[in-house]
Amino acid sequence: MDESLKKQLQIHACKIRMGIIEGVYHAKSGHPGGSLSIADLLTYLYFTRMHVYPDNPDFAERDRLVLSKGHTAPALYAALAERGFFPMEEMQTLRHIGARLQGHPCISIPGVDMSSGSLGQGISAACGMALAGKHRNDNYHVYTILGDGEIEEGQVWEAAMFAAHYGLDNLTAIIDNNGLQIDGKITEVCSPEPIPEKFRAFGWYVIETDAHDFDQIDKAFREAERVSGQPVAIIQHSTKGKGVSFMENQVGWHGTAPNTEQYEKAMAELKAELAELEA
Amino acid sequence: MSDVMKKATRESYGEALVALAEKYENLIVLDADLAAATKTGIFKKAYADRFYDCGIAEANMMGVAAGLAAAGMIPFASSFAMFAAGRAYEIVRNSIGYPHLNVKIGATHAGISVGEDGAMHQCCEDLALMRTIPGMVVINPADDVEAKAAVEAAIQHEGPVYCRFGRLAVPVINDPDTYKFELGKGVTLRNGSDVTVIATGLLVNEALIAAETLAAEGISVRVINIHTIKPLDKELIVQAAQETGSIVTAEEHSVIGGLGSAVAEAVCEACPVPVRRIGVNDTFGHSGPAADLLRQFGLSAEHIAEVVREAVNAK
Repeated sequence: MDESLKKQLQIHACKIRMGIIEGVYHAKSGHPGGSLSIADLLTYLYFTRMHVYPDNPDFAERDRLVLSKGHTAPALYAALAERGFFPMEEMQTLRHIGARLQGHPCISIPGVDMSSGSLGQGISAACGMALAGKHRNDNYHVYTILGDGEIEEGQVWEAAMFAAHYGLDNLTAIIDNNGLQIDGKITEVCSPEPIPEKFRAFGWYVIETDAHDFDQIDKAFREAERVSGQPVAIIQHSTKGKGVSFMENQVGWHGTAPNTEQYEKAMAELKAELAELEA
Repeated sequence: MSDVMKKATRESYGEALVALAEKYENLIVLDADLAAATKTGIFKKAYADRFYDCGIAEANMMGVAAGLAAAGMIPFASSFAMFAAGRAYEIVRNSIGYPHLNVKIGATHAGISVGEDGAMHQCCEDLALMRTIPGMVVINPADDVEAKAAVEAAIQHEGPVYCRFGRLAVPVINDPDTYKFELGKGVTLRNGSDVTVIATGLLVNEALIAAETLAAEGISVRVINIHTIKPLDKELIVQAAQETGSIVTAEEHSVIGGLGSAVAEAVCEACPVPVRRIGVNDTFGHSGPAADLLRQFGLSAEHIAEVVREAVNAK
C-alpha cells in the first residue's frame, strides 16, 4: 500500500479510536474492547473500499455494511462520523436519552444500513442485501462484521450455508477474531474454533489476516475481490482493546466504560499517537 | 350446504402471489422447505426466478427477508405459523420489527386445524406474539376471497405485515366481485342487538351459522369479522359494546393474547361490558382430523351459540 495512503488511514483510525473512547466515556457504558479491535477494519472499508455517500446515505447503489457484532456500535458511529455522515462531536451523545446514537446500531441513523446487535442476525440481513443485489444485477457489495464469540450463534451457520448455496460473491464477512468474549477466552467458553475450517466446510473462500496492519488488510481484500462464485470470509486476527495500552487483551474491557482517570489516560495515548502520525 | 365452495387460505395465498407478481415487480418469495405445504410452490412454478428456498432455517430466512426489504424488495417469507412466528420470533422482532422493514410474513398451518400433525405444529400463540411487536400489522383472513385481498393489502402497506393462513379448506363466504378489503377495518356481517360475536379466521363462518340458529330462537346476534387483529378496529368494537352490551369473541387461537384479549382490552378501556372468549383454553392441541378437533375444542357454531345463550341469560 502507498505509504501516504497508509499514513492517512492510520490518522483516520486514530481519530475513530478517540471517537470510540469519547462515546463510551460520555455514555458511561458500552463496549470499548471489541470496538477498538475493528477500528482499523472500518477505517480501511470506509476510506478505501466502500462506495458510500454521506450527502445521500440511502443511495440505492451504495455498498452496504452490516455490523453483526452490533454491540461495537461506537466503532461504527465513529467511523461514519469520520467519513462525514455526522459530526464527531455527536459521539458524546452516545446512549443518551433523546439522542439518535442508540446503544446498538439503528437503521435510522445516517450511514447505518441495518439495525443489529442481537448476535447472529446481522449476517442474515447481509445475505438478504447481497441476494437482492444478485437478483437485480446491481453492482454493490455487502460487508458484514461478526465477532468470534458471535459465531457460536446457530443462525450464523444457517446464513453461512445460504450464502454459499446462492453463490453470494458480492458478500464479504469479516470475523473479528480477538479471542475474547464476555465470559472469557472463546476457547474456554464454548469454542467456535477452528474458524477457518468451519467456513471452508460451509463453502466459503477463507482468507486470514492481521487486523491492524493496513498492508495485510489491503492484501486480504484484494485477494477477496478476485473470488467469484462464493462468499468470502476474512478472519482477522485482532487485539481486543487495540490502541489503548491498558485495554489491550483484557476481557474486562469488553463492556465497561472508562472512568475519568482512565479516559484521560486513553485519550492522552491516542493524542500522542495522532501527533506522531501528523508530525 | 354441500354446494358451498371450500378452499384453504394457504391455497389462496399461493394463488394470490402468482396473481400479483406482474403488478408488483419487487415481490419476491422465500420459503423454508415447505413450499408444497405453504403453497408458495404455486408461485415457484410460475416464477422460479423470484423464489428462493432458504432450507430448514427459519431464523436465517427472516433475516434474509429483512435484508431484501432493506435493499428495496418486497419479500414474502413463508413457513408454518409455528416456525414463522414462534421459532423466528426474536428475528422478526429485532431484524424486521425494530427497523420497521417492508417484510411480509406468510404464515400457514395456523391453529389446531393443522389436524393430524398434532400439538407440535398447531400454533395457537402466533397472534399473541406478533401483536406485541410495535408497528407489526397482523391479518387473519376468513376465507379465500379475503385471504387474496389481504395479500395485496399487505403489499400496499409499507412496513411489516404478518398474514395468517390455514391448512383446512373452509367455506368461501365473501363475494369476490363485491368484496373490498380495508386494512384495520372490521366488517359487520350481520346486524343484531342482543349480543355481538366478534370472530376472526375460520370462526367467522361458524359465527354466522350460530347467528342464524339463534335468530330462530329469537336472539338477535350481531356478527363482526375482524380480519385485522392489529391495528384493531376499536371504534367498531366499542360501538358494538355500547349497542349490544355483551360480546363473545371467537378465534382459532389461544384465548390468551389474540383476538379475545385485544377485544377485551379495547372494551375495558372504553366501554366495559362482559366479554366471553372462545378459543383454545390455555392448552396444547393434539392429533386428529381437523373437523373433529375444532368441534372438540369448542371452535364451532354450536359452541358459539351456547356461549351466546349464556351471555343473553346473564344480561
